[in-house]
Amino acid sequence: MSDKSSGVSANFADYKPLFDRNAALVEANRCLNCYDAPCIRACPTSINVPGFIKKIASDNMRGSARLILEANILGASCARVCPTQELCEGACVLHDLHEEPISIGRLQRYATDQVVLGGKGAALFTQGPTNGKKVALVGAGPASLGCAAELAQLGYEAVCFEKADQPGGLNSFGIADYKMDYETALAEIAWVKQLGVDIRCNTEVGRDIAIDAMLADYDAVFLGIGLDGVGPIGIPGEELDGVRDCLEFIAELKTQPKDDVSLVGKSVAVLGGGNTAIDAVTQAARLGAKHVYLVYRRTQAAMGAYKHEQELARKDGGIFVMEAQPVAVLGTSGKVSGLKCTRTRVTDAGFEYIAGSEFVLEVDVVLRATGQSKLVEFLGRFDGLKLDSKGRVEADENGRTSVEKIWTGGDCVSGGKEVVNAVAEGKRAAHSIHEYLQGAR
Amino acid sequence: MADLKTNTAGILSPNPFWLASAPPTNTGDQIMRAFDAGWGGAVWKTLGQPIVNTWSRYGALDINGVKIMGLNNIELITDRPLEVNLREITEVKKRYPNHAVIVSLMVEANREAWHTIVKQAEDAGADGLELNFGCPHGMSERGMGAAVGQVPEYTQQITEWVKEVAKTPVLVKLTPNIADIRYAARAAKQGGGDGVSLINTINSIIGLDFDTLAPRPTVNGWGSHGGYCGPAVKPIALNMISQIGTDDETLGLPISGIGGVSSWQDAVEFIALGSTSVQVCTLVMHYGFRVIEDLCDGLSNYLDERNMTLDELRGVALPRIHHWKELDLNYVVNASINQEECIGCGLCYTACEDGAHQAIHSERRADGRTFVEVMPDACVGCNLCSLVCPVDNCITMIQIPTDYAPCSWEQHSAGTGTLAPRPQDKLYAQLATAKKEEAPAT
Ligand SMILES: Cc1cc2nc3c(=O)[nH]c(=O)nc-3n(C[C@H](O)[C@H](O)[C@H](O)COP(=O)(O)OP(=O)(O)OC[C@H]3O[C@@H](n4cnc5c(N)ncnc54)[C@H](O)[C@@H]3O)c2cc1C
Ligand SMILES: Cc1cc2nc3c(=O)[nH]c(=O)nc-3n(C[C@H](O)[C@H](O)[C@H](O)COP(=O)(O)O)c2cc1C
Ligand code: SF4
Ligand code: SF4
Ligand code: SF4
Repeated sequence: MSDKSSGVSANFADYKPLFDRNAALVEANRCLNCYDAPCIRACPTSINVPGFIKKIASDNMRGSARLILEANILGASCARVCPTQELCEGACVLHDLHEEPISIGRLQRYATDQVVLGGKGAALFTQGPTNGKKVALVGAGPASLGCAAELAQLGYEAVCFEKADQPGGLNSFGIADYKMDYETALAEIAWVKQLGVDIRCNTEVGRDIAIDAMLADYDAVFLGIGLDGVGPIGIPGEELDGVRDCLEFIAELKTQPKDDVSLVGKSVAVLGGGNTAIDAVTQAARLGAKHVYLVYRRTQAAMGAYKHEQELARKDGGIFVMEAQPVAVLGTSGKVSGLKCTRTRVTDAGFEYIAGSEFVLEVDVVLRATGQSKLVEFLGRFDGLKLDSKGRVEADENGRTSVEKIWTGGDCVSGGKEVVNAVAEGKRAAHSIHEYLQGAR
Repeated sequence: MADLKTNTAGILSPNPFWLASAPPTNTGDQIMRAFDAGWGGAVWKTLGQPIVNTWSRYGALDINGVKIMGLNNIELITDRPLEVNLREITEVKKRYPNHAVIVSLMVEANREAWHTIVKQAEDAGADGLELNFGCPHGMSERGMGAAVGQVPEYTQQITEWVKEVAKTPVLVKLTPNIADIRYAARAAKQGGGDGVSLINTINSIIGLDFDTLAPRPTVNGWGSHGGYCGPAVKPIALNMISQIGTDDETLGLPISGIGGVSSWQDAVEFIALGSTSVQVCTLVMHYGFRVIEDLCDGLSNYLDERNMTLDELRGVALPRIHHWKELDLNYVVNASINQEECIGCGLCYTACEDGAHQAIHSERRADGRTFVEVMPDACVGCNLCSLVCPVDNCITMIQIPTDYAPCSWEQHSAGTGTLAPRPQDKLYAQLATAKKEEAPAT
């Protein structure tokens, strides 16, 4: 949505661009319309993929959008940000024919953009007749939005308290900018709000709103708080100017003009091996950095990042420094000047350092992407709320926690998955809440 | 390279492919470019009293994103002055003496008028004439085109008038907008016609504009029925050609086959069902004259691969066209799925389950894949699953040997043949006994 025509911002053009009509028709007609289609089963929100695709083919665009958004209220985001290679498109039967799978993500974008971002025609969904019950949602990320949208349609007053100044959680602030930009994420949420979802930003639960008061005032509570930032890894020099939480870096590049955050002439080291690290490498490279190193202590095969994302990072010039462990950040006059690492070797027990193998990468920026922490302190303030050994909230498949009135979903339960999983979990929780509150009547 | 030279009722051409009388043959310049590209002949856009056309003239039927599976037009005959066309015919023939230039004609039902135009066309150099009794729109409202072709007596009468003066071969172009094409072909033959061309376009409304709900092509908010052609009409043309080729009264009457020819394979079908030359319009309107290269190349390779000549191909399929009552009811086939090839799309299952005979079993395997299998006891061998399967050679129809001699409906009803048992027999027998057992209880 933002202008990406010039300078480094041109590097952030859409990775899955909008189809034009004829291209969409050709692609939609290529879909076999499978019976009991595996792509549906591979979608965490079970979108009727052949159904919406054949509606595109018949020019029933309203029907197509409805089918998608009924299953997944953030269908326009998911069309852009889902790792479709691993989900629906990965399951497409055309792989077995040695053909390219159907571009389900791009077709989904084609179908939903017009409704969600274009505001065409009468509203597809409306708030249900009010039933007098209220549900509080902590956070306004994908999990809470998935839950709140469903509740609003069922007639509940759904109120999301969000500590940030804008809603959307990592969907707004964390998604790689070439997949979806900040403005698009917010525009989608503006559309979701039309269903009657009440979002109150700059409102931190536990600080601006007391937990007890919230539990007393609302008939049920949904925790969609996601995870915390990426903390220090505990090596000397981390206080130097230039060492940052990777999420901060991504949020900044998404919300600031690209030229203000340009990395032209700088070198960057990203620490970690997951999807966040790989996204940071690609985006740092696209911001014009001279060298971008990905420093990971195991082998490439052990990296958690998706293969297709790894390839993208490599194509963009990312330099993979494998089996290397950072031991110190070096600096001059308070600023980062290098990263000292030691070689590691994978062993049966894990990995070990190789003595005398130290080397230094000359860098100006060090980004930590070594895994987000859990918000255990905050969660500990809910009486009786059980967490597992890794600090994740314990819940059944419908998101019910150990506390009677509290449901949950998204990253704070899974430990970090995808937007689509968060939406699915939020939606399931909404139905469980509905069942409970109806029974309680 | 097979010899593709063709003689259609005395009209010679270097190959069997002619441009049909239509926009691609509007002008001498187009026809000369077409000959340069490799076309064997061209039927000049119909000459007659010049007319005035509407501006918006064509509409298309797109199917599943594929453009122009059918084309419809409300265009009339040539809108260029007669003298200009005649001068250009002379010019083309002078420069291309070995290519076939056939001139299509349509004038009012008046003997003098027909005599005049025939002489004009032949004096200009035509190698043959084609009488347009087929145009189904506009011209028919003025008593010409299909208005003639739909009445065998008129067809015969005008053909006779033309033959009174014509020195070159006369082809009669037939309209498909009739109940039985054989009557039209017989009339053309009786009138002295040297051959027939078919099919002309089919009456049609191609569709509506979804915003205004006006028929397409829309002329200032209104529309009119038009003539339908293009790939979608081929099966109708093939049937009509085979009917003429198998009718005792028109056996051997030369045919110039037309209707939806889009590839050399289509031409093989037209020729194998009795056509000598093959005419093409929509394909050229879509892609231009260059398509002739593969039409000739493909046909020639096909013949070479089979060591066959064009003459041997002509009509070769006709003896296989029979009445339904003569078909063997004891020829048993069953669908067979090649599990190695199957991609698990489930289309055969849903087609057979909902649209055929509930003869395919489907289940979701532990690995998430759909597994399908044919139940031979239920399969009636209808072919449907093999038609919907997206994978080549995955579902094949295999013949199941039986102990029964061939038996047609004709033989069966005459009591001279025995029918092999059908898969449904067992089921019906079960249902019948179930009924009987139930009966006393009620
Ligand atoms: C760098 C990065 C890239 C990613 N890329 C993709 C991708 O390409 N595709 C994809 O599908 N997924 C991606 N993900 C994952 C995806 O963003 C998350 O799975 C998803 O956003 C989880 O949603 P959530 O609602 O559970 O949590 P979040 O999105 O984290 O939202 C939680 C919200 O709760 C708020 N909150 C927390 N505590 C409080 C409190 N006490 N009071 C009020 N508000 C509070 C937070 O401010 C936040 O807005 C990515 C994640 C990261 C980190
Ligand atoms: C725009 C248009 C104009 C046509 N004009 C004539 C015509 O003037 N005379 C005629 O005999 N047939 C005319 N036809 C019919 C074609 O010659 C041909 O019979 C018909 O299009 C079927 O062939 P096809 O399926 O290859 O297009 C016309 C067809 C089209 C599409
Ligand atoms: S598996 Fe592929 S071809 Fe089949 S319905 Fe899904 S997208 Fe279409
Ligand atoms: S041939 Fe017909 S009846 Fe037999 S399995 Fe296929 S669809 Fe079913
Ligand atoms: S249609 Fe063909 S590929 Fe699809 S399930 Fe049936 S046999 Fe397999």
